[in-house]
Amino acid sequence: MSSPLLEVEGLRKSFGGVSALRDGRFRLERGSVHAFCGGNGAGKSTFLKIVMGILPRDGGTIRLNGRAVSFTSPRDALAAGISIIEQELSPVPAMTVAENVFLGREPVGLFGRIDFAKMNAATSDLMDRLGFSIAPTALMMDLTVAQVQLVEIAKAISYDAEVIIMDEPTSALGEAEADHLFEAIKVMKNEGKGVIYVSHRLTEIFGVADTYTVLRDGAFVEEGRIEDIDKTRLVELIVGRPLTEEFAKGNKPQNEIVLKVEGIDAAHGVRDVSFELRRGEILGFYGLMGSGRTEILERIFGLSPDSVAGRITIEGRNLAARAPRDAIRAGLALVTEDRKGSGLVMTQDVRANACLARLEKLQASPLMMSTSAERDAARRVIDLFGIKTASDRLGVSNLSGGNQQKVVLGKWYLTEPRILLLDEPTRGVDVGAKREIYQIVSDFASEGGAVILVSSEIEEVLGMADRTLVMRDGRVAGILDGAEMTAPALLHLAA
Amino acid sequence: MTDRTDPARTDPQPSPAAAHGPTSARARAVERLQRYGIFLALVVVCLALTALNEFFLTPRNIVNVLRQTSINGILAIGLTFVILARGIDLSVGSVVALAGVIAASLATTSSGAAVAGGPYPVAVALAAGIAVGAACGAASGAVVARFNVPAFVATLGMLSAARGLTLLYSEGRPVPALTDEFRWIGTGDLFGVPMPVVLFIAVFLASWWVLGQTRFGRHVYAAGGNPHAATVSGINVRRIRFAVFVISGALAGLAGMILAARTGSALPQAGVAYELDAIAAVVIGGTSLAGGVGRVTGTVIGALLIGVVNNGLDLMGVESYYQLVIKGLLIVAAVMLDQTRNQRD
Repeated sequence: MSSPLLEVEGLRKSFGGVSALRDGRFRLERGSVHAFCGGNGAGKSTFLKIVMGILPRDGGTIRLNGRAVSFTSPRDALAAGISIIEQELSPVPAMTVAENVFLGREPVGLFGRIDFAKMNAATSDLMDRLGFSIAPTALMMDLTVAQVQLVEIAKAISYDAEVIIMDEPTSALGEAEADHLFEAIKVMKNEGKGVIYVSHRLTEIFGVADTYTVLRDGAFVEEGRIEDIDKTRLVELIVGRPLTEEFAKGNKPQNEIVLKVEGIDAAHGVRDVSFELRRGEILGFYGLMGSGRTEILERIFGLSPDSVAGRITIEGRNLAARAPRDAIRAGLALVTEDRKGSGLVMTQDVRANACLARLEKLQASPLMMSTSAERDAARRVIDLFGIKTASDRLGVSNLSGGNQQKVVLGKWYLTEPRILLLDEPTRGVDVGAKREIYQIVSDFASEGGAVILVSSEIEEVLGMADRTLVMRDGRVAGILDGAEMTAPALLHLAA
Repeated sequence: MTDRTDPARTDPQPSPAAAHGPTSARARAVERLQRYGIFLALVVVCLALTALNEFFLTPRNIVNVLRQTSINGILAIGLTFVILARGIDLSVGSVVALAGVIAASLATTSSGAAVAGGPYPVAVALAAGIAVGAACGAASGAVVARFNVPAFVATLGMLSAARGLTLLYSEGRPVPALTDEFRWIGTGDLFGVPMPVVLFIAVFLASWWVLGQTRFGRHVYAAGGNPHAATVSGINVRRIRFAVFVISGALAGLAGMILAARTGSALPQAGVAYELDAIAAVVIGGTSLAGGVGRVTGTVIGALLIGVVNNGLDLMGVESYYQLVIKGLLIVAAVMLDQTRNQRD
């Protein structure tokens, strides 16, 4: 019997006396895609970091092709045939696509000059093979987030490694781009490589993976073949308890229009956007990456002061937000798609982040903050949204993605908004926390709030939205209602 | 705070937060040690100097150290605001000189250097010096906040321009013969405490209040920690960026006048390279050059540590050239300690 490609047993790791990984196990066979599942904080990242040699382990064995290995750096792992697509993108913005793909292993010619022609040609071949249409000479900073992610994927694949770890590879991709990736994965599978696939999107796992391993609270739970399990059971294994339903939706749109947008423009060529949002309604925004959904939210929220065309009316009053503070005053709140980049101040604690948009109401006098009011506000948010944190003074960087997102929601809850603009609110959030966020959104709408929900996950839009506006190339491609709102219809309008 | 930590810790399933947060008593002790490490370093250095030199722990010498530290301390406090907001101010040394000569020209009895109608009351001179400093800060701040020029570049320009203006204004000559009233802020005392030290303490307390207790302070930390998130949360980040430079400039103006008052005349070449010691104090005090992290208390301790080390080396008769080398090592060592802490996090 031949040994598996990668076999990990009894992996242990603790940080400062707290165990993050108690029993990590994994078996990856050649020519297979193995889904690695678990909630945020289950220990997946720790596990992968140990395999890649980024973290040392406290115990356990890792065997590659039957041989025990112990890497001390990602470089070692790469040399032995394991490459990784990391969740956090790390491009060098001022370099070209080809320079990024060949970073650290540039082909050199005479006198150590980099052979640009060779590098560009090789990159071009690679992109063709994967079906990605990205020019090798384009600068990384000119690419969309989705394209940057595709380049990182291409780079990881170009190492020709035997084991490829993909950690949330589709987090920035639209459906069409994700399909390209899945095609590429099939090719790698046929070449006999092993892929470890990490994703919170269960539909993807069922589409692409052959086998699964579930990790919970730092320990191995179960492994098996994807065809022997269904979605409900897998979610139960990940969360550790039966989940009643994936989505939570109890709101009912009323007749009163709270937000009316007429013919506005926005950054990146978005033009002539009109729609209405009713009290109690969740309006979905669907579209591919770069179709202009985020830009519309930013325009409404006062983040693109250069766009002036059109009219925005909130509850009958004209809104011309020149900065977010005007929009906040008018009753708007924006949860941005980039939690670390523009949602949270990662250097600060839960309390400071929760209170950030509400400081003027938490003062004892104009010259002094009220520490007790800040503390009470933060604790109210923690209790209300069930944020798992040791204290309101813990740095937000220590929280899991789902809990960080709840802090962002809590920050806006404190401003008592009437309209919530949500941009990919469940990206990088595990199944359990996702459902809690849906509940928060649904409750908000039920209590008379109105919500715009931007999402690239079609199930999320179908499960949560009352109506869906579909964007294509900066224009409204259509607004679907009730029975018209189906996955094929949304995809058709978007592409 | 304690009522919240306990239920979370008795949770049978380790929460994801607990996996990284300092939970064990030992981890907390280590964290506390690192947080107060700079203070401990100051205490250790003081104890060592007390053992090595009989003059170190005399009231007279202690007052001396404080007086020598006060100018750098005031500059460093101003820089703490700027650095917390993710900026840097390289111009404070030049602003010291410019504010010094302008204020002095309003408070001199020498007919050659005086502004017509002088000497003016000390309050006028003081107000002018602070206003000049604030104006320099406002100019840098406007360039940074309005035109998105990196603070390093904007204040490098101000470093040169303010020095040039100083030399133009004073025609390259010192402004001598300051009035006794003006000299009092440098040489006088209040209940036995030298005025520079009184002002240093006052600036420290005011800054501690502003950064720790006011909405403006919260905004400074947020604007430095993540300007995007601060903007989205409704904070006017440009205004904050502008304001921190005004504060830094005004405090540099104050420091310039203290310096002139202490020496009795304002020198156009005063304050050269003062920004370096001030930045060193901020950095040693644990404030991150990346912005958003740090405390003004740390800065004051950092300034005191530099002052004590200089004083101790003086007392032991160490040549001043060696002192520079030792100071350099101290700066780098302090930041290295800080880095190892960050990496462990």
